[in-house]
Amino acid sequence: MVTAEAEPRVLTGQHFMNGDIAFAEGALAAGCTFFAGYPITPSTEVAERLSRRLPKLGGVYVQMEDELASIAAVLGGSWSGAKAMTATSGPGFTLMMENFGLGVMTETPCVIIDVQRGGPSTGLPTLVSQADVMQAKWGSHGDYEPIAFAPASPQEMFDLAISAFNAAERFRMPVFVMADELVGHMTERVTIPSEDRVSIVNRKRVPAGSEDRLFYAADEDLVPPMPIAGEGHAFHVTGLTHDERGYPAGDPLVHDRLVRRLTHKVQIHEKELTQVEELMTEDAEVVVVAYGAMSRSARQAVMVARERGIKAGMFRPITLWPFPFRKLRGLANQVNRFVVAEMNLGQIAREVERHLRRPATWVTHAGGKMIPPEEVLLALQETAR
Amino acid sequence: MSGELMVQDHPLDGLLRADRLPHIWCPGCGLGSIMSCLTSAITESGTDLNQHAIVSGIGCTGRVAGYLKLDSFHTTHGRAIPFAIGLKLAKPELVVTVFSGDGDLFSIGGNHFLHAARRNIDINVICVNNFNYGMTGGQCGPTTPTGARTTTTPFGNSEPAFNLPHLAASLGAVYVARWTSLHVRQVHHSMLNAIRKPGFTFIEVISPCPVGFGKSNEIGEGLDEMRMYRTNSVVDPDADLANAGIDMQRDSPIVLGDFVDIERPVFAPSGVDRG
Repeated sequence: MVTAEAEPRVLTGQHFMNGDIAFAEGALAAGCTFFAGYPITPSTEVAERLSRRLPKLGGVYVQMEDELASIAAVLGGSWSGAKAMTATSGPGFTLMMENFGLGVMTETPCVIIDVQRGGPSTGLPTLVSQADVMQAKWGSHGDYEPIAFAPASPQEMFDLAISAFNAAERFRMPVFVMADELVGHMTERVTIPSEDRVSIVNRKRVPAGSEDRLFYAADEDLVPPMPIAGEGHAFHVTGLTHDERGYPAGDPLVHDRLVRRLTHKVQIHEKELTQVEELMTEDAEVVVVAYGAMSRSARQAVMVARERGIKAGMFRPITLWPFPFRKLRGLANQVNRFVVAEMNLGQIAREVERHLRRPATWVTHAGGKMIPPEEVLLALQETAR
Repeated sequence: MSGELMVQDHPLDGLLRADRLPHIWCPGCGLGSIMSCLTSAITESGTDLNQHAIVSGIGCTGRVAGYLKLDSFHTTHGRAIPFAIGLKLAKPELVVTVFSGDGDLFSIGGNHFLHAARRNIDINVICVNNFNYGMTGGQCGPTTPTGARTTTTPFGNSEPAFNLPHLAASLGAVYVARWTSLHVRQVHHSMLNAIRKPGFTFIEVISPCPVGFGKSNEIGEGLDEMRMYRTNSVVDPDADLANAGIDMQRDSPIVLGDFVDIERPVFAPSGVDRG
């Protein structure tokens, strides 16, 4: 039994912590009160931290029998009004694709962090990769438009946990954080602001006592207010295609309207959602696109390239989905040479080429190690030539 | 039909989504009666209707959630129990009932049943067992009796079937009962017990499925199937559950009753006072 000792929800101050723990603290700062998960390397520290912290804060930590159950419980918790999350890695992420889809279809806010390791299958349990980023985009069946962030440091693990919860609540959907083993296990300084400096978004709710029965009628922002279980609404939620009452409707017109709204609600807010970092791109002649831990190597490569007189820059998507293509295209107005460096065999590289409508130089590795700055530098030199 | 049709309110109309009727279930199916038992049990329990949540998986029984005018969740195949656990743990004052089918709960969702029962999570699970996958057209499942014909066991099912009350009891479910959909009073009473009982409760209700199961096995209409179950069943609350498996090949009866009613510590998340 845990005794009620005073422990702050937001650990304001300077810390030296690893990325997984920083993510757990970011989730708490964002208002997370419910965690259901299943241990898996290299995400386990998120669960371990929350198993210690949540009970002391009046929240719920529960370890489920597998990842299928974990994400199902997270969705259930969200319908009871909790800000809910789970943490996993590749094999668990694959299992979660099933109920991620239910979360999209039923518009259930929650956060899923995938601390990526090498795949396919069991792959490299303890070693880094970025090979799940397209799974985040397409891994569940049917059309959907995901939201995913890619942190590059323990500080960003903290910050983007808050962004992820806010986006989940704002747009009523499961939101991904596509971290990687290096960022998860890296220990660095993390600055946690005071509680009043943490900006928090809460879902629009159907007010208790409301007579409105159109629970899936969206507002102008394409997001419907959410009823919460136990407040007397007698609402229905289904993974089937449903009409504005939430009732099943096997009608192609209803289906098309619903699925378009679910994708449009993300697409029309692309500008609000997409965060990028641009490093020395103002006068750049060659730009490397890199994200997550890989951007740290690319950053070093850009610095060395500059020392050697190459006008190099970096474009770092912090939001991976929706892909910040407008910002990339804006940059392409002044630069026409692009390198993409990532710890997979060319997943975001294809996305970059698709939006630029021209080839980029690929620096890829299937995972297990960070691609060293020297390799990125070589690609920058050759592409700039 | 003209406007002269006289319609009287049904006493349980308040708990049904009248705007969703008629339901999709086949003539002769037992689901309507079993759902009525739940609505009457909820009403009689005196519990606050606003605090009830119904969770279903996929299949014919999975549609129950959509007909009940309560907070209702039609989830994914097999995942009703973990979804229900999330609802319950995040809001412990809710009365959460999982209402789903045998294939949903014990094939694709079997693992979740094991762990929810082991933990003694305070939810009620009602399993409507029709011995086959009805909605997909009558295929074999984990409760299909050995020898029974289905659309995927045209030569007779070669597998043994789950003995659900025995399974639930062995896992530590604090309340276990089995009835057929004909035993409406007993089903109602068991559901009332389950609603009032803290912890993980399990009720199996055997239902005719004349289209999915009856046809392949030449049982006849729903009424014939119902008659067969009634004739072949025996109420024995003290039965040895190890022998309560349903084997339609032999002349062994279908054992019915309120089998288990025990006390066990109810699951509480770490740090939450169980008092």
